[in-house]
Amino acid sequence: MTQATLLQQITDYASRADPYPLYAELRRTPVARQESGVYTVSTYWEILGLLHDPRISSDARNRDPLAGGPLAEPGEDANLPPSFIRLDPPEHDRLRRLAMRPFGPPHSPRRIHDMRGELARMVAGLVDGLQGREQADIVDDFAYPFPVMVICKLLGVPHEDEPRFHVWAERIVTGLDPSPDQDQAERQRVVQQARLELGRYLAELAEEHRRAPGDDLLSAMVAERDPEERMSLVELVTTAVLLLIAGHETTVNLIANGTLTLLRHPDVLKRLRGEPGLAVPLVEELLRYEPPVQLLPQRTALTDIDVAGAVIPKGAPIWLVLASGSRDPRRFDDPDRFDPDRRDNQHLGFGSGIHYCFGAPLARLEAQVALAELARRLSNPRLVDDPPPYRPSPVLRGPRHLQVAFDGVVP
Amino acid sequence: MPADTAAREFRRQGRVVVVGASLAGLRAAETLREEGFTGSLTMIGDEPHDPYDRPPLSKQVLLGRTAADDTELPRRRRLDARWRLGVAATGLDLADRRVRLADGEEVEFDRLLIATGARARPWFRESEAALDGVFVLRTADDASRLDRKLAAGPRRVLVVGAGFTGSEIASACRERGLEVTVAERGPAPLVGALGGVVGAVAARLQREHGVDLRCGITVTSLEGDMAGRLRRAHLSDGTALDVDVAVIGLGAMRNTKWLAGSGLAAGPRGIACDAGCRAFDVHGIVTDDVFVAGDVARSPHPLFGYQFLSLEHWGNAVAQAEVAAHNMISSGLERRPHLWVPAFWSAQFGVNIKSVGVPPMGEEIVVTQGALGENRFVAAYGYQGRVIAAVAFDQARWIDFYRRLIESAAPFPPVFAGVDRRPEGARPVPADFPDPSLPTHGPTVTLSGYSPSERRLQFTPARA
Amino acid sequence: MAVPVAGDVEGTRVPVRLVVDLNRCEGYAQCAFLAPDVFTMHGEEALMYSPRAGQAQREQVIRAVAACPVQAITVDGADAEETRTDAR
Repeated sequence: MTQATLLQQITDYASRADPYPLYAELRRTPVARQESGVYTVSTYWEILGLLHDPRISSDARNRDPLAGGPLAEPGEDANLPPSFIRLDPPEHDRLRRLAMRPFGPPHSPRRIHDMRGELARMVAGLVDGLQGREQADIVDDFAYPFPVMVICKLLGVPHEDEPRFHVWAERIVTGLDPSPDQDQAERQRVVQQARLELGRYLAELAEEHRRAPGDDLLSAMVAERDPEERMSLVELVTTAVLLLIAGHETTVNLIANGTLTLLRHPDVLKRLRGEPGLAVPLVEELLRYEPPVQLLPQRTALTDIDVAGAVIPKGAPIWLVLASGSRDPRRFDDPDRFDPDRRDNQHLGFGSGIHYCFGAPLARLEAQVALAELARRLSNPRLVDDPPPYRPSPVLRGPRHLQVAFDGVVP
Repeated sequence: MPADTAAREFRRQGRVVVVGASLAGLRAAETLREEGFTGSLTMIGDEPHDPYDRPPLSKQVLLGRTAADDTELPRRRRLDARWRLGVAATGLDLADRRVRLADGEEVEFDRLLIATGARARPWFRESEAALDGVFVLRTADDASRLDRKLAAGPRRVLVVGAGFTGSEIASACRERGLEVTVAERGPAPLVGALGGVVGAVAARLQREHGVDLRCGITVTSLEGDMAGRLRRAHLSDGTALDVDVAVIGLGAMRNTKWLAGSGLAAGPRGIACDAGCRAFDVHGIVTDDVFVAGDVARSPHPLFGYQFLSLEHWGNAVAQAEVAAHNMISSGLERRPHLWVPAFWSAQFGVNIKSVGVPPMGEEIVVTQGALGENRFVAAYGYQGRVIAAVAFDQARWIDFYRRLIESAAPFPPVFAGVDRRPEGARPVPADFPDPSLPTHGPTVTLSGYSPSERRLQFTPARA
Repeated sequence: MAVPVAGDVEGTRVPVRLVVDLNRCEGYAQCAFLAPDVFTMHGEEALMYSPRAGQAQREQVIRAVAACPVQAITVDGADAEETRTDAR
């Protein structure tokens, strides 16, 4: 079997429920040139090295247009430039720093910590809503609405508008998928359109927050007085689009993957019920074992790079298969075992290096709170479908629905 | 008895004595137990405190955020050790395998680990050093006293020497709103450790934060009042400064005095040992039951031409202690070399400085990422056409890449096209280290001599 | 527990001693987010922390230890002695 068909198998929807055996095969060639011109990197140390390598760019403008690969970047238009995850230093560093000001340390060190009580109330409310039922879709009834409530609250986006931006977000996320069988131009057009509409919506919202500020990120960002520390409106909108989408398209998978994994490991579920503190290491293991972001398909070599005996040529697109690296037996003992007691769990679930997941602390808390509450309150939960139906994306991977039957809801 | 049987026997019921109850000593003890040593373990330390961490002393503690006696190191595991704290070791009898203590006790060992570290170099004139208001900063007690003095709001603090410790002290004082003068003999702060190009950035940082930085100058004398309180400092340019506090940051001296006449190759530069942490005797012959780790050790490193490196680095203390402990209870091929690539950090004036490799070996420097003028950059040092070191200001996430360049002897200047490469990074410039024959304020890495294979025995009497 | 921390010693829970290997630390600030009473960022990248966390911060510290992307935080092991056990 050639590597090209192996990658096609990985992106093929049929593999979504269990891509891990394919990753194991992929790891036989740590750095592999695919038929499409993409270089996949699938082993832990090589991925970690490249995530800290200044010769790797996140800016698609450095990509050799001839080396395209199935995942050509949606052309970045003049109206909405790339967000910081698609930029290199120094622009990346500046924008990420400005976005961090209202979100975390050093300027807002307690923002996330202080949301814990609120997160717990939101989760409790959602589980209360399951009372009187015998079955629920954990995605639609729990794992999706919770992070959306959180990101709306945090950003300062009215929760009532969720149906509007949900459509745009779905389109943007779908556009990220490396599915080679679609018309590239049409995909790009759809993504651009959705980004623009979402951007326009957020720009209007930012204007409203300027007039009537609240305790939220948008308000803080528009109210910044120091011109050195202020984003332009376009930068602000681009960043808000990024945070809104990332905040509600990734954590949903972490919680849904977590619920699924717990139901497949009843012993761990039982422990979690009696020992809520287990949620802390459990979420770390989840990020290793079933990460919501499976691969980073947007890096480019700025020069010829020697890795693991292979040369990635200048301009070549690189896919860093994080989920494969976190299952590399050269790094983790018994990597296919879900073990919340695992020591030395330096997983790649949130990436590493300068693009380390911006929202990681929030995602961690959300997942810890959500999984501990579900474990405690659902009595005798059972999977209805195993495997469940998955969302289409091989990048942001998670169940589309997760039907769970239960005997009742404990107060 | 075959070697491995002896090793097994030693592991089971040998007697280990560790002299030095700080970071290296503690980590070595933990490693011994982790790796299955069940014999007797005695920890000897001259300070009365449980093992504690020193880096916070010039940062959190001087900022008044942490009490000096709250810096005890965590214990990775139970040690089941006998502790002799507050009692210095005063002598070593290699033939009888005994350590003599200040209280007269003699402790017998089968294997000894020496991790006695270093102490602050005191102000050279004893009567002035004794003035109320003159400090060094090495121990928790030093930090505690200095913190109390700073809290009392002195008119001006004089920091003598702008190495890492001196610079961190100046930073903490400014953050507390105190007036600070820094007197540095060299042309810039950190110049001994990072060279003049980076030193210029450090100088600008200090001045931007309101430090009265005076370079190319020495303090000639400290003057007290009738009550023995520091009042004035006289400088080599003929000027004088009214100060209530002077902190002497002139580097450290290895604690080897107690080994005088012991027969070990111990001197002011430390105790020479092989890459397996075994001490050399005065003849340059390696011993097999005396091991060395931490600041007091100097050992050859293959990556750096087998030169003997003495590293006053936190990370070196940990790594070397672990290797020493492992080798103490292993035999032959199971033994490991200490091949740690030097690395250190400093936090000052809100900037995170990280370094990897041996910058003072650098002949040239090139800024590979960012810009010196923005106080955010990575710069690589070159030595004979290869990358020998790197330093990062607020760019820590890239430093591991440079460690790998050093480990693989990558060519210098690095030719790669990378993110954030600026025009100023197009060409290397001289790294601008001071002439090593001139005394400076405590370079962090000391290159001293060559491997015993050259058979050039340079014995310095043990006079630390 | 996956994160062993010195626990109850004869019924009295004690403060947690901790140290961060700042050579490993790359300034991801996860600890400062999750345990803001113990870890603070000094500037964008430099970390400062209390080497001794109180009982009230215990849970925060456990979260920070687990979340550290470079696993740089060491706390007292579950069986660590609280004080020297033997004669001085």
